[in-house]
Amino acid sequence: MFQDEIEALEAKLGLERRAFLKFCAALAATMGLPKGADAQIATAIASPAKRPSVIWLHFQECTGCTESLLRAEHPTIEKLILEIISLDYHESLFAAAGHQAEAARYAAMAANKGKYVLVVEGAIPVKDGGIYCKIGGKTALDILKECAADAAAIIAIGSCASWGGMPSTPPNPTGASPVNAIIKDKPVVTIPGCPPNPYNFLSTVVHFLTFGALPKIDEQGRPLFAYSRLIHENCERRAHFDAGRFAMEFGDDGHRKGYCLYKLGCKGPETYANCPSILFGDVGSGSWPVGTGHPCFGCTEKGVGFYKPIHQLADVKNVVPPASYPRIVEEQGVGATLGSAAVVAAVAGLAAGAGYKLAGNLGKDSSDKDAAE
Amino acid sequence: MKAQPIGGRLISPVTLVLSVLVLLAVFFAAQRFLFGFGSVANINDGFPWGIWIAWDVVIGTGLACGGYALALLVYIANKGKYHPLVRPALLASAFGYTLGGISVIFDLGRYWNFWHILLPNYQQYGSVMVEVALCVAAYILVLWIEFSPVLAEKFGWKGVQAFTDKWMFLAIALGVLLPTMHQSSLGSLLIVFGYQINPLWQTLFLPLLFLISAIAMGYAVVVFEACTASAGFKRSLKDELPLIADLSKVMAWLLVAFILLRLVDILVRGEIGAMFTSGFKSFMFWVEMTLFTLPVAMLLSPSAKRDARTYFLAACSMLLAAVLYRIDAFLVGYETGPGWHYFPAVPEIMITLGIVAVEILGYIIFVRFFPVLPGHSPDRAH
Repeated sequence: MFQDEIEALEAKLGLERRAFLKFCAALAATMGLPKGADAQIATAIASPAKRPSVIWLHFQECTGCTESLLRAEHPTIEKLILEIISLDYHESLFAAAGHQAEAARYAAMAANKGKYVLVVEGAIPVKDGGIYCKIGGKTALDILKECAADAAAIIAIGSCASWGGMPSTPPNPTGASPVNAIIKDKPVVTIPGCPPNPYNFLSTVVHFLTFGALPKIDEQGRPLFAYSRLIHENCERRAHFDAGRFAMEFGDDGHRKGYCLYKLGCKGPETYANCPSILFGDVGSGSWPVGTGHPCFGCTEKGVGFYKPIHQLADVKNVVPPASYPRIVEEQGVGATLGSAAVVAAVAGLAAGAGYKLAGNLGKDSSDKDAAE
Repeated sequence: MKAQPIGGRLISPVTLVLSVLVLLAVFFAAQRFLFGFGSVANINDGFPWGIWIAWDVVIGTGLACGGYALALLVYIANKGKYHPLVRPALLASAFGYTLGGISVIFDLGRYWNFWHILLPNYQQYGSVMVEVALCVAAYILVLWIEFSPVLAEKFGWKGVQAFTDKWMFLAIALGVLLPTMHQSSLGSLLIVFGYQINPLWQTLFLPLLFLISAIAMGYAVVVFEACTASAGFKRSLKDELPLIADLSKVMAWLLVAFILLRLVDILVRGEIGAMFTSGFKSFMFWVEMTLFTLPVAMLLSPSAKRDARTYFLAACSMLLAAVLYRIDAFLVGYETGPGWHYFPAVPEIMITLGIVAVEILGYIIFVRFFPVLPGHSPDRAH
């Protein structure tokens, strides 16, 4: 019985029923799922047939993605996630170390062959045979290939795993590469961001859990529910952009009034992410970079984040600002002035005079009996 | 009556005055191209078309319809007797159209993009303006081809002569087709404006009215030119007078058709009231209609005098009427909303005057140097 399962979950997680259902509804809304999906999600989380095994790999990264996930402040979210999935390998969260940890990974892979979810955090160095990142004597490249072979789903979390991120910034001495440059035979869902919004990751996992399939993704593997709109489209400062009100430097009048940060180099107009819609840190409005007065630096977007200088103007993808704005009082033209009327009159007068004179001459001509007939 | 250059001095009070006008226009044109047309013209967002379109293009090409109107008569109706009038008419047409085409550039805000119109990937085939622009551009070429035998004769270009002898029929065919298309489309331009054009002028018959009046303008301008050239260069009109008389009659009957069509159209649309209640617009309408009717009365009434002066005045009246008709339809009868005004600024007028001056100056130079006018020795010394 659903009700019983939820009550059991309450006891298990120490989580109120209301808070749990709110969390499920929020996830469904984040993914733009239809009505009723929240109930499906609640059922799926409350009564997992068997908690899916998750193997979480760390390569060239800063563990910011994991940190961000752990700081998700929905009621005991990390606890919830740790209870509904079976996190069988995660270097940051493991109590085990050394060969013990590696053994746990092999055990989980063998036990859940073809059914586990592989999460990759960090880029993979491929230069010189991948020697720049090794764990337990194996290169990141080998570990990834090994784990990906039998995974049911692969999720690349963070910009490093999604498109290379900071480690791949030129000159890229280690040949840092994203997951989907190495694993080509399986779809790789990417959750770019530095760090990515934890709810985009959680929503993807829960979607997999609920429906047995990954959410719809674009050609770069990004879930459409999170990455199909430019930050610019839903930005709370958009009205200032459209009206031509810009902060020109940090701390100036416009900056203090909350004007658009485009001219400070905000990359919102060329960065696809849902930051302005779902915000960060669960503390309410304004809790995202642009909301706090710092231009977006395009962390989710390949070729923007870590690539373009922070204060370089963004390449506006959809609406290009006009070169000039309409005047408030439009000039409506002037009527005849003394000068212009005089010129017209003079021309008309001259023409009439010339015509009259000419007609007179013609009269003389034709009067010498040269008339038409 | 083989055409001959009339020779004579180039420097005269007339050409000097014209040159001054041209220089003034060059000065204002430089200002326009350097500082934008806001610096010289009164055109604005409510009146994007001023005299540079209404006069330079619409009226300019209308006045240049002599070649077209004569081609209809000489080659379509097979009236070879009008042939002596063809060359001067073609010359005026070639000048009128070329300058009309060039003057569009004055009216283009971003004139450096003018060549976009010639590339298919920039063209939008639902646009009346594309039709007009391409058609006018093509016709300018055709006119110079039609006129080229004159140049070939003067400079002895045997190849050009052989080529045009063989292929002229094509140019002539195009020279009849193209103006029919764009002179009517100049009227269609206004249909697009919808209710912004006063009902006295706005009608679905605009293309036909514009076409008829353009052909009538063509005949009027040929008569006007023949008379002016005769007076100006002190040549006898003896040989041309019978032709002028016949042309005037054709023009008069065209005008009868025009006036009837226009009145019946206003009647059927139920806009008779507008003829009396539109204030200044009604006044302009009546001035126009009077000028359209005068030539009919002068030329077709049995008691009318049949002399050069009558034909000249009738042609003048017709030209004035057609000019006013176009100005009224494009500017006076156009209302885009409260508060908008337009009257050409002095520099704007000077540019238009300069273009007219170039045209007249070019005509004078051409007839003095090239075999354009039908040849007979000047009957008075000069």
